[in-house]
Amino acid sequence: MLKIEHLKKRYKSGPWVLKDISFEVPDGEIVGLIGPSGAGKSTMIRCVNRLIDPSEGNIQLDDVSLSSLSSSKIREQRRHIGMIFQEYALVERLSVMENVLSGRLGYLSFWRSFLRRYPQEDIDNAFEYLDRVGLIDHANKRADELSGGQRQRVGIARALAQDPRLLLVDEPTASLDPKTSRQIMRLIQSICREKALSAIINIHDVPLAMQFVDRIIGLQGGEVVFDGKPDELTEDVLTRIYGDEDWTDVKPDDEDDEQESEEAA
Amino acid sequence: MRTWQRPHYLVPDKRWRIALWIAFFLYLIVGIGSIEVNWQRVYEGLERGGRFIEGFLNPNFTRRAADIYSGIYESLTMTVTSTVVGILLSIPFGMGAARNISPKPIYLFCRSFIAVSRSMQEVIVAIFLVALFGFGAFAGFLTLTYATIGFLGKLLAEEIEEIDKKQLEAIASTGASWLQRMHIAIWPQVMPRMIGLSFYRFDINFRESAVIGIVGAGGIGATLNTSIDRYEYDSAGAVLILIILIVLACEYLSGWIRKWVS
Ligand SMILES: Nc1ncnc2c1ncn2[C@@H]1O[C@H](COP(=O)(O)OP(=O)(O)O)[C@@H](O)[C@H]1O
Ligand SMILES: [Mg+2]
Repeated sequence: MLKIEHLKKRYKSGPWVLKDISFEVPDGEIVGLIGPSGAGKSTMIRCVNRLIDPSEGNIQLDDVSLSSLSSSKIREQRRHIGMIFQEYALVERLSVMENVLSGRLGYLSFWRSFLRRYPQEDIDNAFEYLDRVGLIDHANKRADELSGGQRQRVGIARALAQDPRLLLVDEPTASLDPKTSRQIMRLIQSICREKALSAIINIHDVPLAMQFVDRIIGLQGGEVVFDGKPDELTEDVLTRIYGDEDWTDVKPDDEDDEQESEEAA
Repeated sequence: MRTWQRPHYLVPDKRWRIALWIAFFLYLIVGIGSIEVNWQRVYEGLERGGRFIEGFLNPNFTRRAADIYSGIYESLTMTVTSTVVGILLSIPFGMGAARNISPKPIYLFCRSFIAVSRSMQEVIVAIFLVALFGFGAFAGFLTLTYATIGFLGKLLAEEIEEIDKKQLEAIASTGASWLQRMHIAIWPQVMPRMIGLSFYRFDINFRESAVIGIVGAGGIGATLNTSIDRYEYDSAGAVLILIILIVLACEYLSGWIRKWVS
């Protein structure tokens, strides 16, 4: 269970980017964090694994208070928190396999990783994750030879390699075409289900979010302005989050869904 | 009718512009006039230059063969050792001098070390080190190592400051330690250029080893200096030809290797 209490954040002496945010994510729940750009979504999830230090408040994962750990202790906790990025953030010049194995770095000594002496178990698991995301034939390709969708799959496999308890996902589909976006969202969803992982997914595509998450939190100007089930997301609520617009077209469309999951498999 | 002229941004006032141009040309004329030319010396110099070209065209590899080959050998040794040691030391200095990965005090220390190293020409460093450690290759080795640290350290630091931060962030988010982040997220991004620059520096070090030899830091430069002092222009020609050949070979080789790694 992830528990966020009265989280506040400002960069240097700038304005408050997050203003008193509190919510809980029970194990196995997938939360979609929506909101206009600049709302503070990226800042929010980076406070959880402390890529950014929160200014005030408490963040607790199970029985560990992440927000109060020293920077050397936080490394141990980061191992349990997988992160997936908008522009994949793979190490471009390394192979697909090395990128997946980099998810194990937190568990290995420097010399082992320096000499690329990964434990056999890690290698077996890495192959399994590559298989799971459908890239088993690409293990020795360089990451920059892959397409966007494939790269994001490597990103997912890397997060899985961490053996995480929680996934933080920052705009996973923002650089992908609509079809690949759905495949990626479906992959993340089904992996979370299989492993009973909880996840926070920043996403600006509202219909996509409504289709694949259990719960939606709407962020606006650093404040939570909505917290509920996807089907409670009415035009009123969208206006509260994004401002005045014609929202009638924003409805999830799940007709052509089944055949796509065939292709993805 | 509307007209348009490109505005002068540097010196907007036309009178000032004319005044500055006039001042500049006056300085140039006075300056050239103040350089004394001794035509007698120029004439002698031309004659000596003629003999030098003659020596260069009829190089004598044999008279000072032993000196020449031991000089070349010493220069190559000096070049290889100083390049290798310089590269190894430039890595920590370069990392320390990269603003995006180093704490402020370390950053300032490494930056100033590199700045000092780069601001002093090799010959000046060599004169100083020869005074400290005596004539010979050791002073030359130290000089070139020092210069290599400054050169590669600065370029490595700049390279690290321009990396793709997302890759570093992603590796940090897995719980990787600082050293692991350097090795997995940063090294692959800077390595190809680092290898190219190292070979480029090898070229430079060889050429510099000839120059600093003239001030007593050993190697082929010392041989060249002796030959010229004794008016043995044919031996000097032989030395120059060898230097040119070796530099060309290095350049060819490093170009080939750079193409191969990238
Ligand atoms: N490193 C930073 N330094 C200063 N301000 C920042 C930094 N990162 C983000 N911000 C500011 O914080 C606010 C929220 O940004 P962000 O969390 O990236 O929003 P979102 O992901 O919802 O688009 C923005 O106004 C942005 O300008
Ligand atoms: Mg963002």
